[in-house]
Amino acid sequence: MSKMHIKLTVNGKEEELLAEPRELLIYVLRERLNLTGPHVGCETSHCGACTVEMNGKSVKSCTVLAAQANGAEITTIEGLGTPDELHVLQKMFKEHHGLQCGYCTPGMITRAHRLLQENPNPSEEEVRFGMAGNLCRCTGYQNIVKSIMAAAAEMNSAKEAAE
Amino acid sequence: MNDMSPTREERVEKLKGLGSSRKRVEDARFTQGKGNYVDDVKLPGMLHGDFVRSPYAHARVKSINIDAAMALPGVIAVLTAKDLEPLSLHWMPTLAGDKQMVLADGKVLFQGQEVAFVVAEDRYIAADACELVEVDYEELPVIVDPFEALESDTVLREDLEAGADGAHGPRKHHNHIFLWEEGEKEATEQVIDSAEVVAEEMVYYHRTHPCPLETCGSVASMDKVNGKLTLWGTFQAPHVVRTVASLLSGIEEHNIRVISPDIGGGFGNKVGVYPGYVCSIVASIVTGQPVKWIEDRMDNLMATAFARDYWMKGKISATKEGKITGLHCHVTADHGAFDACADPTKFPAGFFHICTGSYDIPVAYVGVDGVYTNKAPGGVAYRCSFRVTEAAYFIERMIEVLAMELNMDAAELRRINFIKKDQFPYQSALGWEFDSGDYHTAWDKALDAVDYAGLRKEQEERVAAFKRGETRKLLGIGLTHFTEIVGAGPVKNCDILGMGMFDSCEIRIHPTGSAVARLGTISQGQGHATTFAQILASETGIPADSITIEEGDTDTAPYGLGTYGSRSTPVAGAATAMAGRKIRAKAQMIAAYLLEVHDNDLEWDVDRFVVKGAPERFKTMAEIAYAAYNQAIPGVEPGLEAVSYYDPPNMTYPFGAYVCVMEIDVDTGEHEIRQFYALDDCGTRINPMVIEGQVHGGLTEALAIAMGQEIAYDKLGNVKTGTLMDFFLPTAWETPNYTTDFTETPSPHHPIGAKGVGESPNVGGVPAFSNAVHDAFRAFGLRQSHMPHDHWRIWKTANDLGLHG
Ligand code: FES
Ligand code: FES
Repeated sequence: MSKMHIKLTVNGKEEELLAEPRELLIYVLRERLNLTGPHVGCETSHCGACTVEMNGKSVKSCTVLAAQANGAEITTIEGLGTPDELHVLQKMFKEHHGLQCGYCTPGMITRAHRLLQENPNPSEEEVRFGMAGNLCRCTGYQNIVKSIMAAAAEMNSAKEAAE
Repeated sequence: MNDMSPTREERVEKLKGLGSSRKRVEDARFTQGKGNYVDDVKLPGMLHGDFVRSPYAHARVKSINIDAAMALPGVIAVLTAKDLEPLSLHWMPTLAGDKQMVLADGKVLFQGQEVAFVVAEDRYIAADACELVEVDYEELPVIVDPFEALESDTVLREDLEAGADGAHGPRKHHNHIFLWEEGEKEATEQVIDSAEVVAEEMVYYHRTHPCPLETCGSVASMDKVNGKLTLWGTFQAPHVVRTVASLLSGIEEHNIRVISPDIGGGFGNKVGVYPGYVCSIVASIVTGQPVKWIEDRMDNLMATAFARDYWMKGKISATKEGKITGLHCHVTADHGAFDACADPTKFPAGFFHICTGSYDIPVAYVGVDGVYTNKAPGGVAYRCSFRVTEAAYFIERMIEVLAMELNMDAAELRRINFIKKDQFPYQSALGWEFDSGDYHTAWDKALDAVDYAGLRKEQEERVAAFKRGETRKLLGIGLTHFTEIVGAGPVKNCDILGMGMFDSCEIRIHPTGSAVARLGTISQGQGHATTFAQILASETGIPADSITIEEGDTDTAPYGLGTYGSRSTPVAGAATAMAGRKIRAKAQMIAAYLLEVHDNDLEWDVDRFVVKGAPERFKTMAEIAYAAYNQAIPGVEPGLEAVSYYDPPNMTYPFGAYVCVMEIDVDTGEHEIRQFYALDDCGTRINPMVIEGQVHGGLTEALAIAMGQEIAYDKLGNVKTGTLMDFFLPTAWETPNYTTDFTETPSPHHPIGAKGVGESPNVGGVPAFSNAVHDAFRAFGLRQSHMPHDHWRIWKTANDLGLHG
């Protein structure tokens, strides 16, 4: 199948590549760009393991064609925090035991990151609703919700301190 | 000693040993997207494999034409049974003593069965080529009902010799696999026939699936230059996979390296050996290139590892006062097309005979008939220890039905029948020796915590209000007291393919006082790298933060039987403690030499050996480790290492008391969980944070199973729940908050008293949710309705009871 030329900005870095138009964004990220943080759990938009941010929105990258993503700005888990300076969400997931096998975690954190941009001060209910597109088979969500609430609190107090 | 030296408490604190809610060391990589799961493995020249699967549940395969597929650019090979036959790999043995087709050999027996294996340059081409393989099928009659299977003239397994015994004795019909019995049949029947009160019920535990978020997969790489095969995969038991791979392929075991990388959840799904693993190995041998096979979600739900599917017919007898006198159970077990249950060899129905539960039942009998149908093979322990979930569900439903029969409160009925604390170790009527327990204390604590009496009063008022037409919601109080049996198991009666179910740990202490320990198990999210280091820290005095735990690489780890059935803590955890004790024994000799005293003059204190009566004279484990490598100590070999293979003397018996309070909308069938209280007793608690996480997760899987999750088939054997659209996995929105609690009754035979917990919440959770549904309708006479209690079924129950006017 003939390939098309695709440009993306991924985690702040410009990437150019050739991909078949039918190729899914998740495989472009994982196999062409070696960003294996986002995972595949269903390929049908149900599980959220493949969640990344595209042009300021959470998307399930298993249901976005590479061609649709042409020109987009994308953030994956690899773009949040660094080993020396973890993102607050990454810290809080560890602190509150918000993960077990870790397979859902990159998608969860990436989604939570967007959720907190949209709603910096969510109630527990809003977190549960806002995260309902991301499945976890291990944790029962209670500690994921706790982690996200704790991260929101921490981000808000950091913001206040800065103001 | 000077003022700067840490106090004893500070030293204990620094260890982060037993009982510490130590944060997990695994989390750094997982939160940064740096986990390494099987689909992340990428090798130069790697090819991708994919299956052509059968659309039919039962059909003859008349021909397979691969020409069009082979003509597609990028396709390297298409394997069929004919290609595997010369290697004798078109069939493979199952863990249950049966055999299973790797690729369809003349016929297919379930929808989704593997028919041909396409190998191509990338996964897209492989998928395209699968569409181009032409298979000519001739449909055969389909049987999806195990009762019908035992009557039908249709022979499902034509490969089996008619009339010949199976792996577990005589087969009474061509679709029958085994009859397995335990207990005293006649004596039980006599007791029941002459009992004052008898309750009888058919309890069905439906077919479901573990469905971890990561599906199964493997990467095989045959290095023809060195004759070595490396196999990465989603293996809950990597060492067993190596042995099986060697036996099947004829490659000597030392030339096979099996690696379980990070695993994205297992829950029993990743215990078995699947055709995909075998085909990826063969394809790599044939092509000389690495071959990756990754299931998609539909493949996963349709073809690998279902769980449950037990029709359990029970009779329970009691005196008028409610003292249970006997229990009888006959199970019709639907095993699907091949008997691929993952149970210890001698237990074709697993540990189902734990079904006397937490109760002192004088006489009992179970018989299990295994049956072939046109469904996927499996029968794995989905977050449970070998059919223990089925057993717990059965007895906890029978207790509720008996309570109705006696017109008695179900909590009270349980209380008067519990095995008493002073009866342990307790010999059950079905042959188990329960190690320890204190059920009454746990039960009272649970009922107090939820204000049980208050709840019953509220329920009574609710029923009255409902009858007056003031509300359309009912209140259900779901009770469960479960006893699990985990930690398989003693080599004398537990093996898998002849390998005894011991486990192992090997420790090396480095000269500067840090350590690496390797185990025969493999974490799939349980956090072994965190918790096993805690066991070792308490045993050796080396801080958990200075201990690396490694698992899952058969070239480096000692042989072990893997992680499932909550066996890691009871078995490998014990091996870890024992290996730690060997280290300490040698350290004591070294310390005695350094301190110029006799061994017996030393005592252990947190992280050091101290001269008795002279606390200022001591050697820390770090000092001892250094000496082990740099001083010649008479009579002692250099180095500080130990290995332990632990054969447990008995299983462990964790237990718990759960209460679920549920509101049910009679008109929509919707439910809302108002409260869930879970008290677990898993013996000594290693890491309370991790235990709590395990309980939350297990309860959520139980919620799924009880309230909606199902692998359903239509009459033609089509899987109706093959995607996450139809297969229920609860989201954060549907999942409640849980309250966790504990009592702590150590196992007397385990070196640190730990019992294991990973599966308890699933074992106890399912009956708690289901009993809540039943209890809501108890006042209207509901005795039994089958799971899953989805909205439609609850609505239907209400409708059948005439509650819709
Ligand atoms: S893999 Fe994209 S939603 Fe599941
Ligand atoms: S941590 Fe395993 S799926 Fe969420």
